[in-house]
Amino acid sequence: MNNLIVYSVIFPLVGFLINGIFGKRLRSEKLSGLIGSGSVGLSFAAGVIIFIGMVQMPVENRSYAVTLFQWVVSGSFAVNAAYQVDQLSIIMMLVVTGVGFLIHVYAIGYMHGDSGFWRFFAYMNLFIFMMLNLILADNFLLMFLGWEGVGLCSYLLIGFWHDRKFDTGGYGKGEATTSDAAKKAFIVNRIGDFGFMVAMFLIFRLFGSLTFGDIFSRAPAIVNSGDSTITWITMLLFLGATGKSAQIPLFIWLPDAMAGPTPVSALIHAATMVTAGVYMVARCSILYALAPLSMDIIAVVGVITAFFAATMGLVQNDIKKVLAYSTISQLGYMFLGLGVGSFAAGIFHVMTHAFFKALLFLGAGAVIHALHDEQNIQNMGGLKRSLPITYKTFLIAALAIAGIPPLSGFFSKDEILWKAFSEGSAVFWLIGWVTAGLTAFYMFRLVSLTFEGDGRWPQDRHPHEAPKIMTVPLMVLALLSVIGGLIGIPHSLGGSNVFEQWLEPVFERAHGELIRGHGSSQMVEYILMALSVLAGVGGIIFARRVYLHTPGLSDKIGEKFQRIYRLLWNKYYVDEVYDFTVVSPIKNGSEKLLWKGFDVNVIDGLVNGTARLIAGTSSLMRKIQMGLVQNYAIIFVVGIIIIFAVLLTK
Amino acid sequence: MSISNIPIPYYLALSAVLFTIGMVGVLTRRNVIVVFMCIELMLNSVNLTLVAFSAFHGNTTGQILVFFVMAVAAAEASVGLAIIITLFRNSRTVNIDEFNIMKW
Repeated sequence: MNNLIVYSVIFPLVGFLINGIFGKRLRSEKLSGLIGSGSVGLSFAAGVIIFIGMVQMPVENRSYAVTLFQWVVSGSFAVNAAYQVDQLSIIMMLVVTGVGFLIHVYAIGYMHGDSGFWRFFAYMNLFIFMMLNLILADNFLLMFLGWEGVGLCSYLLIGFWHDRKFDTGGYGKGEATTSDAAKKAFIVNRIGDFGFMVAMFLIFRLFGSLTFGDIFSRAPAIVNSGDSTITWITMLLFLGATGKSAQIPLFIWLPDAMAGPTPVSALIHAATMVTAGVYMVARCSILYALAPLSMDIIAVVGVITAFFAATMGLVQNDIKKVLAYSTISQLGYMFLGLGVGSFAAGIFHVMTHAFFKALLFLGAGAVIHALHDEQNIQNMGGLKRSLPITYKTFLIAALAIAGIPPLSGFFSKDEILWKAFSEGSAVFWLIGWVTAGLTAFYMFRLVSLTFEGDGRWPQDRHPHEAPKIMTVPLMVLALLSVIGGLIGIPHSLGGSNVFEQWLEPVFERAHGELIRGHGSSQMVEYILMALSVLAGVGGIIFARRVYLHTPGLSDKIGEKFQRIYRLLWNKYYVDEVYDFTVVSPIKNGSEKLLWKGFDVNVIDGLVNGTARLIAGTSSLMRKIQMGLVQNYAIIFVVGIIIIFAVLLTK
Repeated sequence: MSISNIPIPYYLALSAVLFTIGMVGVLTRRNVIVVFMCIELMLNSVNLTLVAFSAFHGNTTGQILVFFVMAVAAAEASVGLAIIITLFRNSRTVNIDEFNIMKW
């Protein structure tokens, strides 16, 4: 049983190696696809077996570590390659491999006919391998390996069609290619990784070890709550999380990451990689509990990101970009949950979000495919007649994300909002509530413009439903979106919140340290729940009215509030600001100062100058040997005269 | 052998002047044959010095050395002229500046 977890990580690695080394020679989509998705499927099966075993175990035995080998031993610094299997990591692992498996199967259909089919599945398997390392690691260094690894795979997969032109939506000089988007993602991630690394250094200095077990068991004893060191550590870790999970200030890479193939967007930028930051904060819950300032900052950043991303999603016309901003917004919700101390709620939303966001992206992929790579929703419409299965599953996911009970999104989002109110403050709840309304609005704007109404696409196209290999994963995800929330039914509605109970042992140390909020009565909880549903339903109705019943209304509103519209459409000019303050100074400084100024003038000048000096000296010295015999004779005579002079003056 | 009435410094001075003229000629003249003539001039000035000393000291050693010097001068002149003639046949010039290939 102990080694099963190792196998579940090895399967995707083997898949990567087979597809990477032999894939091109195999020349068979069926085989590459089978290996690619089969390895993830086997991983999921192993995870299920471990999970069932864990359920049957008593609570104390559920957490254990499996050591593979000694990795780094250097003086007092020792790190093993070891996996920590406990309630939290097994949940994440099941989500990653389960949703990952469905997306891999879908991708067999989506990537059909692509010349890089084998390369795609190799990268996807490598990604799953790295993500599993990240989730299962029992120390910061192995987690960082996975962290960087998923960033690498994200780069490789975003830039998969590496010379395709890509519309950046206005900013930047000229047209960008997908490889520019991939570079942006990787570089912005790196900034966050810097924070993660410095945090690791501080952690080692404070605790003398990078292993989670050592650190978390000793943390309450060693650290005083609110210490500056622990605050720095947690803030730097959070900086890494903002890079990986696309929060303010490092969210800018996610919308551009939509340049990659849709299965990539579904897997990496919705369900798994972007949740790595959330997982990391949850894993380090005790550290955050000991740094209340950091928790507040996380909650504030989370809720503000959620709000602003939702506003940006209101006006986007690219179907994938709307979903990208939606992802950023929902990730903000997760961090809000973590920031107010309910780590289980954040992880719950990770799980439900994986279901419905992956479904939304895969559905969008089916739409894009059906309309032959059309991504602008203004050019869609009426597709519910041509793509019934896609429409129905997309609708289910949209209802889930809008928080309509009894779908999964309602339970997870509502728990976060409730905890934000009771453990945090009413302001958190208010902004979160408004964002929920915006979420419902922009999602149903998307549904209305894409599926409802009349078709705005050229009538010679005949969009048809995707093949079964693509629609079956959609249906499975739709089912999960519906029932996935039932394991987290809160006490107030008669459930027992099995999910929170399951994760409680992982977070109990943190909960012990936290100063619990003022709490509230159950009546308030019911009122807030009703308000959430109201916001969701209201958003849906309002969106349908604007986009279906009175066409042209959205354009009129846009004209009336032109300045706001342009602000939103240009994404608050964040990219332009970053370009002005960070990118251009660095680029110009490097080009004009460091390259043309220092490198060419000083260093090349030094080297070339030395050469010129020697050349000049030698051209002078060369005149001694002209081959003219009389000159040689002159030198003889000069020598003789000197000798005579010396002898005579002695 | 009778000692002349002219004191020896005068002989030596003449010899030194001839030597200097010869040396300057060797160093500055362009025509190879003139350079050789100047070399002969230098040798002959040395001969004059030797003979003068021999006469004033009544010692014949100097005069015997003069024989050796003359023989060597003759041999060297013949070899040198042979070289000049070969050079001239190859390059059609006796300008000493034209023969400047003895360098790097």
